[in-house]
Amino acid sequence: MYDIQNYQEALTLSEATETLTRNPRMRIIAGGTDLLIKLHGGQIEAAELLSIRNIEALSHIEKRPDGVISIGPLATFTQMTQDPVIKAHVPILAEAAVSMGGPQIRNIATIGGNVCNGATSADSASSLFALEAELVLISSRGSRVLPISEFYLGPGKVDLRAGEILTEIRILPRHYVGFGGHYIKFAMRKAMDIATLGVAVLCKLEAGNILAEVKIGLGVAGPTPLRCFEAEAYAVGKAVSTDVLNEVGRLAIRSAKARTSWRASKEYREHLIQELVPRALREAIVQAGGGEIA
Amino acid sequence: MAYTIVGKSVPRIDAVAKVTGKAKYTDDFFERDMLVGKVLRSPYAHALVKHIDTTKAKELPGVKAVLTYQDVPQIKFATAGHPFNLDPSHQDKADRLILTGKARFVGDAVAAVVATDELIAEEALRLIEVEYEQLEALLTSEAAMKEGAPLIHEDCPHNILSDRGFRMGNLEEAFLAADTVVEGEYETSMVQHCHLENHISYAYVDTHDRIVIVTSTQIPHIIRRIVGQALGIPWGRIRVIKPYVGGGFGAKQDACLEPLTAAMTLAVGGQPVKLNYSREECMIDTRRRHDFKFKIKSGVTRDGKILGMHIEAVSNTGAYASHGHSIAGAGGSKFRYLYAIPAIKYEPKTVYTNLPVAGAMRGYGSPQMVYALECHIEDIAKKLNLDPIEIRRKNLIEIGHVDPLSQNKIMSSGIRECIDKGKALIRWEAKKEAYQQQAGDKRRGLGMAAFSYASGTHPIGLEIAGARIVLNQDGSVQVQIGATEIGQGSDTVFAQMVAEVLGLPIDRVHVVSEQDTDISPFDTGAYASRQTYISGMAVKKAAEEIKAKILDFAWGLTDIPAHALDLKEQNVVYKHSGESVLPLAEVALSTYYDTVFAQPITSDVSNNARVNAVPYGVTFAEVEVDLKTGKIEILEIYNVHDSGTIVNPRLAEGQVHGGVSMGIGYALSEQLLFDPKTGKPLNNNLLDYKLPTIMDTPDIGVAFVETHEPTGSFGVKSLGEPPALSPAPAIRNAVLDATGVAFNQLPMNPQRVFEKLKQAGLI
Repeated sequence: MYDIQNYQEALTLSEATETLTRNPRMRIIAGGTDLLIKLHGGQIEAAELLSIRNIEALSHIEKRPDGVISIGPLATFTQMTQDPVIKAHVPILAEAAVSMGGPQIRNIATIGGNVCNGATSADSASSLFALEAELVLISSRGSRVLPISEFYLGPGKVDLRAGEILTEIRILPRHYVGFGGHYIKFAMRKAMDIATLGVAVLCKLEAGNILAEVKIGLGVAGPTPLRCFEAEAYAVGKAVSTDVLNEVGRLAIRSAKARTSWRASKEYREHLIQELVPRALREAIVQAGGGEIA
Repeated sequence: MAYTIVGKSVPRIDAVAKVTGKAKYTDDFFERDMLVGKVLRSPYAHALVKHIDTTKAKELPGVKAVLTYQDVPQIKFATAGHPFNLDPSHQDKADRLILTGKARFVGDAVAAVVATDELIAEEALRLIEVEYEQLEALLTSEAAMKEGAPLIHEDCPHNILSDRGFRMGNLEEAFLAADTVVEGEYETSMVQHCHLENHISYAYVDTHDRIVIVTSTQIPHIIRRIVGQALGIPWGRIRVIKPYVGGGFGAKQDACLEPLTAAMTLAVGGQPVKLNYSREECMIDTRRRHDFKFKIKSGVTRDGKILGMHIEAVSNTGAYASHGHSIAGAGGSKFRYLYAIPAIKYEPKTVYTNLPVAGAMRGYGSPQMVYALECHIEDIAKKLNLDPIEIRRKNLIEIGHVDPLSQNKIMSSGIRECIDKGKALIRWEAKKEAYQQQAGDKRRGLGMAAFSYASGTHPIGLEIAGARIVLNQDGSVQVQIGATEIGQGSDTVFAQMVAEVLGLPIDRVHVVSEQDTDISPFDTGAYASRQTYISGMAVKKAAEEIKAKILDFAWGLTDIPAHALDLKEQNVVYKHSGESVLPLAEVALSTYYDTVFAQPITSDVSNNARVNAVPYGVTFAEVEVDLKTGKIEILEIYNVHDSGTIVNPRLAEGQVHGGVSMGIGYALSEQLLFDPKTGKPLNNNLLDYKLPTIMDTPDIGVAFVETHEPTGSFGVKSLGEPPALSPAPAIRNAVLDATGVAFNQLPMNPQRVFEKLKQAGLI
């Protein structure tokens, strides 16, 4: 039994923003796979919920004529694993999506919910960080566009202001065209699990084996998902080699803010970063058209 | 021996009911005006309740009753689901009250609420004001046993619940005669059953002032007794009903919530009250597996013959005894049927701590013991540079062996054939050869482990079972048993046994799945892998009795002597030729309606089995270890079992799949964790407790070596628990083979593997 005091459904975006303005206590619910667990666990009491599930305009996935990939926040994880646009242009997002939960959860959980829940372990987050996704946030006062890295403020904390709704996740062509990528979810189980570390790597090659651009997104390596700028900068211009890959792994640790918890030690987490970033990059290079490294 | 239906993979008789959702479990029953019960749990691991104020909770609209430890009978009772023992010195440890004024673990029940719905009940819990005086929390066995530690239960000095062990042979001489002494320390973890259906029960008082309890239990008849004891009322005033049950694995071989449910209905004038534990509650306040620490020292000859073994074990039973006192004992007895070790000294200590209560769980002390023993045998082989399989073969027990302590005699054993079969299935020789020279980050290895077990509890426990059969007008039968179907398939197996004896197709045998202590024959229930073997004896006896009565009746109808008749394919037939004499349905109809001789035929038997049979088996595993991440992948795994005659191969295979999967979790990922300072649970949910999913479970190879056990009906031995015994040590031995590193602590999860490989210089 859930402690729900008030429940409303919005059919249009404007109806949703108006309802939120009228009653700022209302929380947005989409798939509910995070929210209902919080209700079950007693972290939220006397909930007032505004469901946006019936706003059809928010569940699209499309590539616009200008090349921008636009993902509606209500796109489910199942949708993302199967969508032809995602699979063709940003396959690391499909790889991340399919690693989440189990089929039933993926059928109902939404990407918008995953982002707005603010967890460093969000399965979509490291890929969205590597892709430098932009978020469109709308309220009755207007709209703003925010890079995803600025949206995550801390554990479970995001820059979603009172009355605001996430309406779109955008991936710009300059962040995906020509890139190869790979996502590794390192978890204790192959399904139904939370990541011990999420590693998303994108890279672009020049002349077959020169790293022109590398982007590394990590989840669960700190209180929020993060990028490894130092390692990325080091890689640019280097010819692909095992030594370079290992150095990228070593430098990636510097951007991380791993800590010891009962789930894993800081030492182990950092070891995993050092080990898995090169593994992901190795595969990303192949995806970008490079050769396998012995 | 050739049977018609025994030995066939007939579909489960409850399969359709279960997959269509028609099968009713405890939560599927609705009573008018059912109330909801909730428990207030201690936030402290060890604390006295100094003051408790329920005024505000009682004032909340919708609250029907608030109970504290002062409102329940002050009668200490034992919760373990054992048959009652007439000898007081062998009775279970009575150390528990329905609600307590002294909290002994985080989650211990200090008060309870009955309300009209769940949210009101939860709100009421928050309104109960409790003042605690915190005591030192003893969160490890070592802390609990140290001099001057506070006593968790006043009557147990040093917090030691029990230290009864045994010695056989002359250990000192054995060590003197030995060429080498090998020592090892092994440690297992706290794990949880994670049965699909959580603990749940509801209770009400009926029109005859009797308490009716519907509950998800393995042991309805025992629950009746325990609730009677806990409430201090005559046992006959309690009626326990067991509907379909979604698994138990031992956690429901215990009175976890029934006494409280009964107390709740009494508190509200007999109105129905449901107590439905959440998964989070189940994982702290039902039962878990005992974690053990072993020290083993063996005296061995140069060629691998084990002359003597000294085993010290510390078992952490948590806050209350439950089965604790008997689990260390059971673990120490069932492994003795595997290797002929002339001298053994077993010194267990079962220790109270301020952690959740450990109790029965599939294997009952043996998964711990088999893990330690089979790691140790591997270590001996390695030290002596002997083949790990050959050293085991050299020490195996032979048929005819009589255990000097239990007096149980080995009358069938397929252990040697199990080893041969396992070895062939995994292609041991070829792979061993192939893996000799390995380089790179991923290393492969092979390992195996063997086990012996028991079928039931004789001679320690009473092994009584009852069955009743009624012949219907149309020649079909009803079978009532006291044994409980909890998902393992016993109803189907019993139906097959009855069908076999009576010459009926399976669909003419209707097994009443529900047990009701007012109606069902007496049987102590589902545990100790006993039902097919023990309850099967009662079922066969009842079937044979009813068969004799049918043939007698047919004699009266046909003048053909009963000894010349038999039952086959729903006919009474000549025994010598199989020629049909008359249809069974005709006989059956006459038993009801013959104007002179009518006397409907039934049988109602009880069987007290004073025997035991030893099942054997092995696990063979192949693993791949990622040296860089510490992840262990199982590439292939085979369990080969000697469980006597296999009554239903498909169901038996299912048992093995489940047991191996449990063993894999035990080996690689599962572990209940608690804050080392406060004793608060860290992972009492299925996200953070790493029960393997189907994606983590490799294809499990299953094979049987069928022997014929003379004491079992149709030649059966047990199979329920055995599959969970040997996977963990086999996997550990495979990891040792792959990496050269001996992991002596469960689980071998990536964090721990990383640490250990780093220590070993492999990372």
